[in-house]
Amino acid sequence: MIGAIAFSTPLLLTALIALPILWWLLRAVPPSPIRRRFPGIALLFGLRDDENQTDKTPWWLLMLRMLALAAAIIGFAGPVLNPDERVPGRGNLLVIMDGSWASARDWPARIDRLEGIVADAGRDARPVAVVSLTDLPPEGPVFQTADTVQAAIGGLQPNPWAAGDLSGWAETLDGQSFETIWFSDGLAREGREGLSNILADAGVVTVIESPRPAFALSPARFEDGDIVLTAHRAIGAGAREMVLVALGPDPSGAEQVLARELLEFEEGAVTTDLTLALPAELRNRVRRFELEGIRSAGAVTLSDDSLKRREIALLAGREDSEATDLLSPLYYLNRALVPTADLIEAPLVDALLASPDAIIFADIATVSTAEAERLTAWIEDGGMLVRFAGPRTAAADFDPDDPLLPVRLRAGGRSVGGAMSWGEPKRLRPFTQDSPFFGLSVPDDIEVVSQVVAEPDPTLAERTIASLADGTPLVTRAALGEGQVILFHVTANAEWSTLPLSGLFVQMLERLAISTRPADLSAEDLAGTVWTAEDVLDAFGTVRRADTLAGVPGEKIAAAELGPLMPPGLYAGDDRRVALNVFGRDDTLAPAQWPETVTIEGMTVTEPLPLMGPLLSLSLVLLIIDAIASLWLAGRLRPMRGAVAVIAGLALFAPQTGQAQEDSDIRALEATAEVVLAYVETGEGQLDRLSREGLSGLSQHLFNRTSVEPAEPLGVDLETDELSFFPLIYWPISERQPTPSAEAYAKLNRYLRSGGMIVFDTRDGNIGGFGSSTAEARKLQELARPLDIPALETIPIDHVLTRTFYLLQDFPGRHTSREVWVEAAPADAEQVEGLPFRNLNDGVTPILIGGNDWASAWALDARGLPLYRVGRGFGGERQRELAIRFGINLVMHVLTGNYKSDQVHVPALLDRLGN
Amino acid sequence: MNTDPASTPASLRHRAEAHASAYPALLAQAEHLAATVLLGDHGRRRAGMGDEFWQYRPAEQGDGLRMIDWRRSARSDAHFVRQKEWQAAQSVMLWVDDGLSMTFSGGDNRPSKGHRARVLALALAVLLNKGGERFGLANRGTPPRRGEAQLQRIAGHLMAPAGEADYGAPNARVLPAGSRAVFLSDFLGDPSETIATLTRAADRGVKGALVQVLDPDEEAFPYDGRTVFETMSGGQSFETLKASGLKNKYLDRLAERKAQLKEVTRRTGWQFHTHHTDQAATKAILWLFGTLDKGAMR
Repeated sequence: MIGAIAFSTPLLLTALIALPILWWLLRAVPPSPIRRRFPGIALLFGLRDDENQTDKTPWWLLMLRMLALAAAIIGFAGPVLNPDERVPGRGNLLVIMDGSWASARDWPARIDRLEGIVADAGRDARPVAVVSLTDLPPEGPVFQTADTVQAAIGGLQPNPWAAGDLSGWAETLDGQSFETIWFSDGLAREGREGLSNILADAGVVTVIESPRPAFALSPARFEDGDIVLTAHRAIGAGAREMVLVALGPDPSGAEQVLARELLEFEEGAVTTDLTLALPAELRNRVRRFELEGIRSAGAVTLSDDSLKRREIALLAGREDSEATDLLSPLYYLNRALVPTADLIEAPLVDALLASPDAIIFADIATVSTAEAERLTAWIEDGGMLVRFAGPRTAAADFDPDDPLLPVRLRAGGRSVGGAMSWGEPKRLRPFTQDSPFFGLSVPDDIEVVSQVVAEPDPTLAERTIASLADGTPLVTRAALGEGQVILFHVTANAEWSTLPLSGLFVQMLERLAISTRPADLSAEDLAGTVWTAEDVLDAFGTVRRADTLAGVPGEKIAAAELGPLMPPGLYAGDDRRVALNVFGRDDTLAPAQWPETVTIEGMTVTEPLPLMGPLLSLSLVLLIIDAIASLWLAGRLRPMRGAVAVIAGLALFAPQTGQAQEDSDIRALEATAEVVLAYVETGEGQLDRLSREGLSGLSQHLFNRTSVEPAEPLGVDLETDELSFFPLIYWPISERQPTPSAEAYAKLNRYLRSGGMIVFDTRDGNIGGFGSSTAEARKLQELARPLDIPALETIPIDHVLTRTFYLLQDFPGRHTSREVWVEAAPADAEQVEGLPFRNLNDGVTPILIGGNDWASAWALDARGLPLYRVGRGFGGERQRELAIRFGINLVMHVLTGNYKSDQVHVPALLDRLGN
Repeated sequence: MNTDPASTPASLRHRAEAHASAYPALLAQAEHLAATVLLGDHGRRRAGMGDEFWQYRPAEQGDGLRMIDWRRSARSDAHFVRQKEWQAAQSVMLWVDDGLSMTFSGGDNRPSKGHRARVLALALAVLLNKGGERFGLANRGTPPRRGEAQLQRIAGHLMAPAGEADYGAPNARVLPAGSRAVFLSDFLGDPSETIATLTRAADRGVKGALVQVLDPDEEAFPYDGRTVFETMSGGQSFETLKASGLKNKYLDRLAERKAQLKEVTRRTGWQFHTHHTDQAATKAILWLFGTLDKGAMR
């Protein structure tokens, strides 16, 4: 939608008139020439151009410039799309926020809008009051300056409950005159009409509502063993799919999604049900259900114990199946427990393996010793044993210290009020305050005719949690380890009392957390209990720990009236938990209805959109294009084009797989076209540079002094590069270099056997003689161990190295150690009479080991000057010269072999040839 | 007190060394280039003063008694005179254009024309020195001499900075009569001076070779667009609106200039060669040496 366009400085647009003039001017001025120095100019004098193409700017370039300029002029004129045409208001302004959970979903948008409204009011100098209906100021709205209100807006938050009774507060507005803006959450509520009437009397009312419907989720409930959830929406327009997720802790305790189901609203429907069939184990872990993507407390429903199904093992002593159902000791227990618990009816040992939450013995007097041990262990680990008395219990002879009984029982029991007794049936005494049953009302029609009787005992009173009117215990309880043992002193069927027939029986089981709450809470159920909030929900549906909230009485929990003192959340009582949800089981959503006098606005307004920035950017981009195009026209893009081509070429070639092969081919050509010295890349930048400089210097000296004219040296990576191209490989030793792989050693050995030469340089000739344990020497030993190295000796005085090019007796580098090792001469070498050296034939030493740091002495910089200092003064220069001579001898030795040694044979050869 | 770091003794020395280091490099380069030419015997192929045997000829009237080779004569009845090959040393004058146009290089990885010309001249001088010839530098009027000292002197002169003129011209006056001469230049300036010098030199019996050293850019004229060309000194300029349109005309003129020079050299008995700075210097030195060797035959 394109609205009106306005200009902040329309006068600037007159500059557009100048465009045609500029067109004419630009057309007349050609692009500026390049200046070039060129000796061949002498041949150019007098030549004439055939064509004069570029003396006028091409039309498209002109068009580009015109567009750039037009964009700039229009941009500076300050165009604004959808300009704000607000009419200033006057008088007091009351802003009412519903501030409920249903507003939370688009709260930021509401706050944005509110800020705009307050800012406008500030511009019009109107007093403003902002009121949240869920957090009412006690005595009417306070109108303040917009600045003051603006500062408070940031602190406004929605609350996770709806507004309560507004009539009292509405009265404070009577007789005032103001304009009202009402941010509604879009839901119909009681008492809203009264307020809106009062507001309409006070002045104009504008309602701001989000067109999006509110969603809510009612608490989960059980139907036929499955969980059923109902989702609501306020407006039933259109079909819509939503995702419902069940969240809870995984076995490690971290919260995660336990189930995720699709939920579909049909066209026109405002509610939809979803049945979730979850395994019991997962179901017991669910903490809450959420409608995914709706940020509101209404779309979250917490689950409490009512979703948990306890596993309870029922065991009865009497197996006489001939009795009718109603006489079965388990009949009433079954009826009471089946709706809310999973029952296990199995032998005790099997039942223990299923680790139930509780085990109920109906008149079982004795268990075997082994069973008793396991049962005791289970209770001590937190299990709960509930025993009902009966004829067997009464008849049994219990061990006085039996841990499976809370009290000692007197043998025989007693019968009161029966046909054969004198007394009246006994009634129940109201529950005392320290009883878990406190608050439950005792019906009058419960009669107890028989019971088992506890032995008097100092601890009896504290173990009794329910007693008969005459004070004898009806229910006793004792802790055992982490668990407990509870004894009902009557039977679980109606034989001894009418208790199992009453609703109290179910409530008592519930209070003992044997069964769980089947349905809604009643005030009566919860009377006398105190609940503390564990987790609370905020309006956005986020769960927080609540540690600082005061306890809430059970009656209030039952009423479920949420407010600041009782926010929605999970409340823990004695031994169970209750969830209070924002959206109750019977609540419904309906859209708000407003009287016709009220103006209703949407949440968004068309913001004025300044176009200055985009237009100026466009202008700049056009100018850049113009600059490039001008360069291109003037022929100055040539070098750049080259660079672009190179980059494009690189980009093209880089990903190709054939590149490596090509590289190695190029490298092989480089290495073989001329003599190339090589060094081992140790991976240490500085050392590798030194090797390169050293060999480069040596190559230069060879070039200048001998007929060997090597190319620039190459570094070799032992793992990947072919070695056989190189006559000599210089290998400086550093402690940190990696040891080559087995393949690399195989390659090195092949290289050594086929006539190559490796010069090891430990560069430690100043510190210690060879063989002393410097770090480099140790590293060398480690590196050279897998190499195929022959027996070594220090260079003998008659070694061919001493005379391949220069006559040498010392082999200094930067250091002057004399210990330089080469392959040992064969033992049978003998010195011919009259000759200065032994008769040694053939073979280049495959290895030379020294520590004189030759590379440093050889290194030259780009101008051919030495890079590193050697020795001192002129003596040092002499030493450098000798180092260079050694290097030359070395290369000559590698390249010519024992040619110089063969010179000893010259006289003999001559002798044989001629005469 | 002057604290300009550029004039402290240390920095002065540093710069001096930097400059000086180029000089041995030039000499080394030239020597290396000269080493590619195998020096053979290059006698004058005629009898005369020298060390090498040339021929026996029958003794004639007027031959001195001591000129007779008795050993040869004893094998026959006639008397023979042993003649030696004439090995008179030749004077070769080198001229290297020192005009500013020689400082041009069209590419970063190519030497300037001047540098190439200097290397060629010096390499030739090294060769001549080894061949026992005398050589001099016509630029400074260095008289032809032989020996290492002369080599050093010439190298020194060649290192002098370029002159101020855009184009240089050889001078015929310093050429000794009957000597040889080698002119290295781009010959892009006014050809009349060169032609005049050649003619005058030919009149004085001087023969030799012209080596035109050109940058590849000068051969290809790879320019485009609206361009103002300037001489290397910036003194003169020429503006074109579309440089690419001039390419053919320029190449025609260049070919014409070469033809003109070739024609003049043909008439005067000189040799002409065009060398490009992107070619190997060896090629030019071999050509030069061959030319001089041949020329020496006549």
